[in-house]
Amino acid sequence: MTNAPKPIIQIRNVSKRFGKVTAVDDVNLDILTGEFFVLLGPSGCGKTTLLRMIAGFELPTEGQILIDGQDMAGIAPNKRPVNMVFQSYAVFPHMSVADNVGYGLKIAGVKGGEAKDRVAEALELVKLGGYEARMPDQMSGGQRQRVALARSLVMRPKVLLLDEPLSALDAKLRAQMQFELSDLQDQVGITFVTVTHDQDEALSMASRIAVINKGDVAQLATPSDLYEYPANRFVADFVGSVNIFEGKLTLDEPDRAAVDCPGLGKVYLNHGVTGPHGADVWVALRPEKIYLHVPGEGKAVRAAALDAPEDHNFARGCIKGMSYLGDITLYEILLDSGAMLRVSRPNLSRHDQEDFTWDDRVSMHWRADSPVVLLG
Amino acid sequence: MALFARAARAPLEYSRTLWMRLWVGAVMVFLYAPLAVLMIFSFNDSKRNVVWRGFTTKYYEKALSNDQLVEALVNSLAIAALATLASLVIGTLAAIMLWRFRFPLKGIVDGTVSLPIIVPEICLGVAFLMFFAAVDWPTDLIWPFNLGAITIAHITFCFPFVTMVVRSRLASFNREQEEAAKDLGASEWQVFRDVLIPHIKPALVAGALLAFTLSLDDFVITYFTSGPDTITFPVKVYSMVRFSVTPEVNAASTLLIILTVVLTFIALKLQGVKAIADTH
Repeated sequence: MTNAPKPIIQIRNVSKRFGKVTAVDDVNLDILTGEFFVLLGPSGCGKTTLLRMIAGFELPTEGQILIDGQDMAGIAPNKRPVNMVFQSYAVFPHMSVADNVGYGLKIAGVKGGEAKDRVAEALELVKLGGYEARMPDQMSGGQRQRVALARSLVMRPKVLLLDEPLSALDAKLRAQMQFELSDLQDQVGITFVTVTHDQDEALSMASRIAVINKGDVAQLATPSDLYEYPANRFVADFVGSVNIFEGKLTLDEPDRAAVDCPGLGKVYLNHGVTGPHGADVWVALRPEKIYLHVPGEGKAVRAAALDAPEDHNFARGCIKGMSYLGDITLYEILLDSGAMLRVSRPNLSRHDQEDFTWDDRVSMHWRADSPVVLLG
Repeated sequence: MALFARAARAPLEYSRTLWMRLWVGAVMVFLYAPLAVLMIFSFNDSKRNVVWRGFTTKYYEKALSNDQLVEALVNSLAIAALATLASLVIGTLAAIMLWRFRFPLKGIVDGTVSLPIIVPEICLGVAFLMFFAAVDWPTDLIWPFNLGAITIAHITFCFPFVTMVVRSRLASFNREQEEAAKDLGASEWQVFRDVLIPHIKPALVAGALLAFTLSLDDFVITYFTSGPDTITFPVKVYSMVRFSVTPEVNAASTLLIILTVVLTFIALKLQGVKAIADTH
């Protein structure tokens, strides 16, 4: 026996076609016991179809889904050890909160005191203690979502599926619910599988994220790996904001590499990328990883902070766009090469946003471990 | 006087213009004046019922002691109750079938289900007359089985109304609720009983009211399908009127109006007016 967590959900070569449209294309995924797993992707990428196949509302055209080692083929949704929180919450409008939460128990034949205790416990868990007699139309959207959560948690499922759980909430409530969902998952120890198109939501809650593109898994990684080490252009672009430049790999050794980008100039990395020499590659550079300074003043910073050879990881340009967002300021910079570069800069003091303005000449540089070289 | 005052009004406050008020008043008079006259003259102490000759309730006594009239009323209520019940079941099932399933020739079924609403009543009446003659439907059964032919005919034109009302309600059903119930372990039947029926309940009440009142006052189709011994209230009133409009007819009609209003009132109370209004 190893101590590695065992997979609770195994998705094996699963495809789903609706007529001629392939929604899910030969997906393989292992979701581990106790993790907060997020399926992240743009709308129409097949992530919801994947979730619905786990719940049993759609049947795979090909492939196999195992939950806790058991093949789910031919097992109806009402017999699966998973429960789902729907995007619309689907709270039964004609039942009180207690009846909603107790519905699954009633069907399962749990009666009397035990049912009542479990309902109360579930409501306590979602901070709705004392709301038993309320009707859904007397509650806010956020409260109804908690009812839907309690209604699923009361069943003590092996896996809780959540379909876009926060999409209908306003920004403040969404941020709060992100924390609450994480806490809740810690408390109950149930595996959560969430579908979302919102990268902030995914990054803040997930233990692991599968980015789905066109029915396939584009990358499976922890939130920070996904952001800092995207595997391809789709992931780099979809998760967070990024500058992507095409270039040729001119140097590739175990401890260093260099890419010549017509748009960005010479890019130096302090690690190898294991790509064929002279290959066409893409360099991804996050806006917050670029230092912005007045031309000439950068020399000192360069010497102190940088680890790249002369003429590498350095660009000049002119500020063409600026948007002040409070915590950071975003700059659109027209490089001398004619390409545009997005740079963000934290407003460390109250006057930082006054440092640069439209049409200012600026210099930029970045560290040798900041750029990511993408082969696909 | 406030009614005629020319106070400044907001752009959409049409109800505050004099002409609009007169118009609404006129509509109300057209709607309810005949009914009011009918009710008032049921208390008229005159055989010919043209001129007011004093107040009396004797025509109510007369109507209630008219065995044929009472029998007709009982027949009508029995037919209406049966037809309503059957229409509710058939109409609801038809609505769910058309909403939920895809099957061959669905378009044709969808179109023909509402045909009894569109076809002129006289044609339906003649069709039923010929149909029951062709199958040699027995006319000498004991009560209530002698009402079978009329009841069948009534179900035919009542259930499409139930189907229409229920279907429009089903259109607003959130399928995720069905999935949520299944997800919590419910079987198809439990989903139907616990989630779908509560959702369409206002439509069921509205459909039942429609079916009941349609059946109760149907004359044309009933006239063609009733046997010699199976007379219904509207048919009986018609035969009485052919001789003369006596206050007895007025009294019987007034009783029927009160009955319908009371039933409607109870149904609305049971369900809540708002929920029924929401179905449309």
